[in-house]
Amino acid sequence: MNDLRRIIVEAIADVAPEIEGSALSDDAPLRDQVDLDSMDWLRVIVKVHERTGVNIPERDYRKLVTLSAFVTYLQGAQKTES
Amino acid sequence: MSELRDFVMPSLGADMDAGTLLEWRVKPGDRVSKGDIVAVIETDKAAVEIECFMTGAVERLIAEKGTKISVGTPMMQVRVEGDTSAKPVGQQVLQPTPTPVVAKEVAPPTPTPAATIEAGGVRASPAAKRRARALNVSLATLKGSGQDGAITIEDVEKAGRAPRRDMRGAIAALMERSKREIPHYYLAHDIDMTNALAWLEALNERVDVSERMIPAALFLKAVAVAARAVTAMNGSYAGDRFEPSANVHLGVAVSLREGGLLVPAIHDVDKKTPREVMSALSDVVERARRGMLRGSELTDATLTVTNLGEAGADTVYGVIFPPQVAIVGLGRVTERPAAVEGKVAVRSFVTATVAADHRASDGHLGARFLAAIERALQAPEAL
Amino acid sequence: MTKLNYREALRDGLRDALVREPRAFLMGLDVGRYGGTYAVSRGLLEELGPERVRDTPLSESAFVGAGIGAAIGGLLPIVEIMTVNFSLLALDQIMNNAATLRHMTGGQLAVPLVIRMTTGAGRQLAAQHSHSLEGWYAHIPGLRILAPATVEDARGMLWTALMDPDPVLIFEHAALFGLEAELEGAVTPVDIDHAKIRRAGKHVSLVTYGGTLHKTLAAAETLAKDGIDAEVIDLRSLRPLDTETIIASVKKTRRAVIIDEGWRSGSLSAEISARVMEQAFYDLDAPVERVCTAEVPIPYAKQLEEAALPQPETIVQAARKTVGTHV
Repeated sequence: MNDLRRIIVEAIADVAPEIEGSALSDDAPLRDQVDLDSMDWLRVIVKVHERTGVNIPERDYRKLVTLSAFVTYLQGAQKTES
Repeated sequence: MSELRDFVMPSLGADMDAGTLLEWRVKPGDRVSKGDIVAVIETDKAAVEIECFMTGAVERLIAEKGTKISVGTPMMQVRVEGDTSAKPVGQQVLQPTPTPVVAKEVAPPTPTPAATIEAGGVRASPAAKRRARALNVSLATLKGSGQDGAITIEDVEKAGRAPRRDMRGAIAALMERSKREIPHYYLAHDIDMTNALAWLEALNERVDVSERMIPAALFLKAVAVAARAVTAMNGSYAGDRFEPSANVHLGVAVSLREGGLLVPAIHDVDKKTPREVMSALSDVVERARRGMLRGSELTDATLTVTNLGEAGADTVYGVIFPPQVAIVGLGRVTERPAAVEGKVAVRSFVTATVAADHRASDGHLGARFLAAIERALQAPEAL
Repeated sequence: MTKLNYREALRDGLRDALVREPRAFLMGLDVGRYGGTYAVSRGLLEELGPERVRDTPLSESAFVGAGIGAAIGGLLPIVEIMTVNFSLLALDQIMNNAATLRHMTGGQLAVPLVIRMTTGAGRQLAAQHSHSLEGWYAHIPGLRILAPATVEDARGMLWTALMDPDPVLIFEHAALFGLEAELEGAVTPVDIDHAKIRRAGKHVSLVTYGGTLHKTLAAAETLAKDGIDAEVIDLRSLRPLDTETIIASVKKTRRAVIIDEGWRSGSLSAEISARVMEQAFYDLDAPVERVCTAEVPIPYAKQLEEAALPQPETIVQAARKTVGTHV
């Protein structure tokens, strides 16, 4: 759980270095906390894919609204794959 | 047959009159070809890699690191081989330097510029050193204005804030000029994106995550295709006349996280596949944000696209980037009810706008241009 | 509001102290019948009587020693010494007795003595009447050293000094006696613990006191015409030094010039410069500059005397040097 959270936060911080990773709240919409455009978002998805192997289809982007939703999604995806 | 030629500080935009040499990428004796990156300079807007416009061997470097050099002032000498009758473009601007101060700075023919930095490090005040660390400014690139040439805190602060504050100034000057000189007209058109987005989603489904494409790549390609069809939108207006461009180099407005805006060009978008456009876009956005663009990328655009739909705006009315004659704005993609074959259906729409220079074209052509963009987006597979 | 010069302000301060405080009395060479060498105490003998205004024999050591004895005995003596040069004859009393007795008696004896003396050059009084040795006295623990540079301070500092339980030396600059200012009617005691910012600025801190304050303010005006906004600090108290005010100013301006009519070597200006370096090193944007008196006995000839002393032009020069090509 904490590992997945860290991976997501690192991916976001990589794309948007001005964000203090520690300042991200788990339950507030990511969109309100970080100014990511679709190019940035794709880079986050690519980085998360590199680190976790989870291939997130575009139609599932809407499920990744908050940091905790993102983590839950990745956990579910890893379970299904293994 | 060989000849010594001066490589001069190039002009990277109508608003540039000088640049600061940050780094030489070549040394005496190196072979250089047209298009090679020879130096990194800092303009008001960004650090820029500048390209050589001649082919030959570097004879000697004239400009010293850290100095500000006026456009047209010799920076190095290149021994050019072969036929020297055709003068390279850069030669045209070679003139006596208008400011004697700058001339003094670059005049002494020091073969090894680094040797002028005194042993024991840079001469800078304690306050300047501390601030330089905080702002991540390299003292070696600065010229001191304090006692005996010591670098002071103000020199550091000036350098530290230069990209940002001066970028604001550059944007201000350019936009002011645009609104003062260019009679804009504005057109908007709603484009049904349902098919294009479905096509894109299916494509992204098939490919690896790293190969995915975003709608912006499709938009750019569609705009390029339309620009080929309606040539009055693509080119420059100078000297009281419009000059259409044979190439379609699309400027992409990239907003920087710390504020400000850069508009690097993606070359020959009309000749690229959407996939190639995507990778060029990804590359140029990342480098724009790191402040490492090439000179040609800052000057070559023939038409600009701004995609503020990303930030949530439905419609974007752009301000033309002089000397271009049009800017395309793309708003947010939204689902709207629409009449399709006599029935109401939910479709995805984007509002495309064009702000165009009325001196170069009339609204009729602008409308045809938007229609051409729409047409291109209805058949994404053909892009 | 009354228009008052520095000399009258000193006299008003004296009169007020003597009237309000029955334990206070003035003593020194020619302070009574002659009215004081600089006419500060003129009229006070007639007004207050010989018990309160006492002429003494020509022996600085004797009358300063008598003052110390009277202070130990419970009085509040105000001793006038004609100039700082002559105070050296009483240095033994000042340094070995006044400054040390509280310490040596474990606090059993206090010396609530005030010594006033003139200091400084600029009146063609040559090398035995013109020196600025207040910096020497500021070296001595156990003394408080004051330098009133304005009419208001000249009038108000005496009372505050007199209320101090320990010896206080007040240095009155000879060139200031004619200085005029408008003051409110009554004598108001002033704070003697803090330096004062006489002119706020942001580009360079000019730190000075006493006779050079007005030259420094004049220099600041000249600098302002060039767009250099100088802050002028009047130290007022030379011991203890209000380091806090100096450092806060230097941290703001990042540059400092110290103007001191004393000689440069081993001086008060050296001490201030050292403190700036110790406490504001990383805020400095240029080396600290000093404008001091040339290291010669003060010359008699007018041009030479002027050339030896800090002047507005030399202060301007030093300030410009710290600012470099900025501003």
